[in-house]
Amino acid sequence: MKGAAAAPRREGASASRTRLRDHYRAWRDHHSLSAADSLRRVLDSPASSLLTWLAIGIALALPVALGVALENARVVSGSWDSPARISLFLAPAVDDGTAASLHARLAARGDVAEASLVSREAALAEFAELSGFDDVLANLDDNPLPHLVLVTPATGVAPDALQAELAALDTVDQAVLDMAWVQRLNSLMDLGRRLVWALAGVLVFGVVLILGNTIRLAIESRREEIVIVKLVGGSNAFVRRPFLYTGLWYGVGGGAIAALLVLCALWYLDEPVSRLAQLYQSDFHLVGIGLIGSLQLVLLGGGLGLAGAWLAVSRHLGAIEPR
Amino acid sequence: MIRFDRVTKRYEEGHDALREVSLDIARDELVFLTGHSGAGKSTLLRLVMLMDRPSRGKVLVDGRDLASVGSRGIPRHRRNIGVVFQNHQLLFDRNVFDNVALPLVIAGYDHREIGRRVRAALDKVGLLQRERALPVTLSGGEQQRVGIARSVVGRPRILLADEPTGNLDPALSAEIMQLFEDFNQVGVTVLIASHDLALISRLQHRIITLRDGRLLGAAA
Ligand SMILES: Nc1ncnc2c1ncn2[C@@H]1O[C@H](COP(=O)(O)OP(=O)(O)OP(=O)(O)O)[C@@H](O)[C@H]1O
Ligand SMILES: [Mg+2]
Repeated sequence: MKGAAAAPRREGASASRTRLRDHYRAWRDHHSLSAADSLRRVLDSPASSLLTWLAIGIALALPVALGVALENARVVSGSWDSPARISLFLAPAVDDGTAASLHARLAARGDVAEASLVSREAALAEFAELSGFDDVLANLDDNPLPHLVLVTPATGVAPDALQAELAALDTVDQAVLDMAWVQRLNSLMDLGRRLVWALAGVLVFGVVLILGNTIRLAIESRREEIVIVKLVGGSNAFVRRPFLYTGLWYGVGGGAIAALLVLCALWYLDEPVSRLAQLYQSDFHLVGIGLIGSLQLVLLGGGLGLAGAWLAVSRHLGAIEPR
Repeated sequence: MIRFDRVTKRYEEGHDALREVSLDIARDELVFLTGHSGAGKSTLLRLVMLMDRPSRGKVLVDGRDLASVGSRGIPRHRRNIGVVFQNHQLLFDRNVFDNVALPLVIAGYDHREIGRRVRAALDKVGLLQRERALPVTLSGGEQQRVGIARSVVGRPRILLADEPTGNLDPALSAEIMQLFEDFNQVGVTVLIASHDLALISRLQHRIITLRDGRLLGAAA
């Protein structure tokens, strides 16, 4: 009996010897059996399973949705993000000729990558079109807008130094560095990203706890069965297996629900967002999580399910011994 | 096959369930274990199953000191022993076939072999036609027989039974005992704890009597 306990028992009628291959097959069979059995148990109580799935799904969807929102904000701001731009509002007294020669002088400078002139007439026309106030504006005697020169510093040039220099020019009323608010936006987004990660960490921890508790209850309700299985020689791995699969199914379902929630939210928001974008003359559409992202979310759910189940199983299964 | 060497089992409250018990059961033997309620019969069987460890002394099974079997070795040890226990018996959400098949599933037999062996075992206990029934639809005696089929289906070398005829009428009890004798005939070591003195004294086997945890004497 001792070491190779299995071998002698197999002699007798069948005379077949268990080989490594058979062990592997048996192990695989028990895996698919446990997986199917656990799934059946999960589906057998649809109401409570659905609640578990929803709880996990919402907890996972929240940080993912916030992450998606941030990603979209990054895409939108990306277009403003890169080179800083200095808007030079010329003094009201400056006429078209002076503005044009200033523009030409600026464009020729080595520390300026690009300069473009928006004449006061062009600015008014654009404003009228965008605002819909064209009737009102047409009746104005005087154009209240100044000439505007947009200056993009060359790479390697400190934009604030250039801004200070240009602001000192007589013809320039005001020099506004557009980068300040871009920087502010960037650091806000950085803060947002950190918050999302922190939130994700807390919620993931919560998901593991929810799953751990669900599996603990499953273990508790099958205590008798565990005792019997251990009594007839079931190893810890054998007893553990169905519960790990239960955790996996809860996690996978929760991940799928999370992906679904995010997709629904995106679908719900995409139309108003792109309508808003059109107002800003952009054909921007929301960036989603895609098929790969959805699959990753389901996988993440499954992984968390396994982790929670493992937590519960290692804490509670050992305590159940035949008495 | 089973040897107890001055075994004492003291439960936490300081109560000695077994005191200095020494016994030796040979490979081909069928032995009855009797004694008043609380004498220590179940405790003795639990030590063989490694459901508990002795406080003092040694338990040897097939020449192997059970003190050397660690907690990881317990499942393998138990797979070599068939048990019929007083309480926790069957899985009530599985049918008779699945209940009997459990030890084979655990040991990793393939499903054809499982089908063959389970039917052979059910045939022996006369429940072949009930294989699809759920345990709750069976009588107490039938449930007991399902438990017996499960205990022998893995062809263990040792069979332990704690009050296997507790729920049965005299005729059925005699039949069950006959079953155990059949298993013993094919080389299984059988140890049966039983109150039913009238029945076991009719059978020609060794009877071990416990009183307050002590061994009284062995009669052939
Ligand atoms: N887990 C335990 N903790 C403390 N004491 C126990 C435990 N199990 C059994 N005992 C005590 O040990 C003694 C022997 O118990 P055991 O179950 O072996 O008796 P038994 O001979 O099987 O009795 P019965 O015929 O009623 O089944 C009893 O006095 C019992 O109270
Ligand atoms: Mg007892």
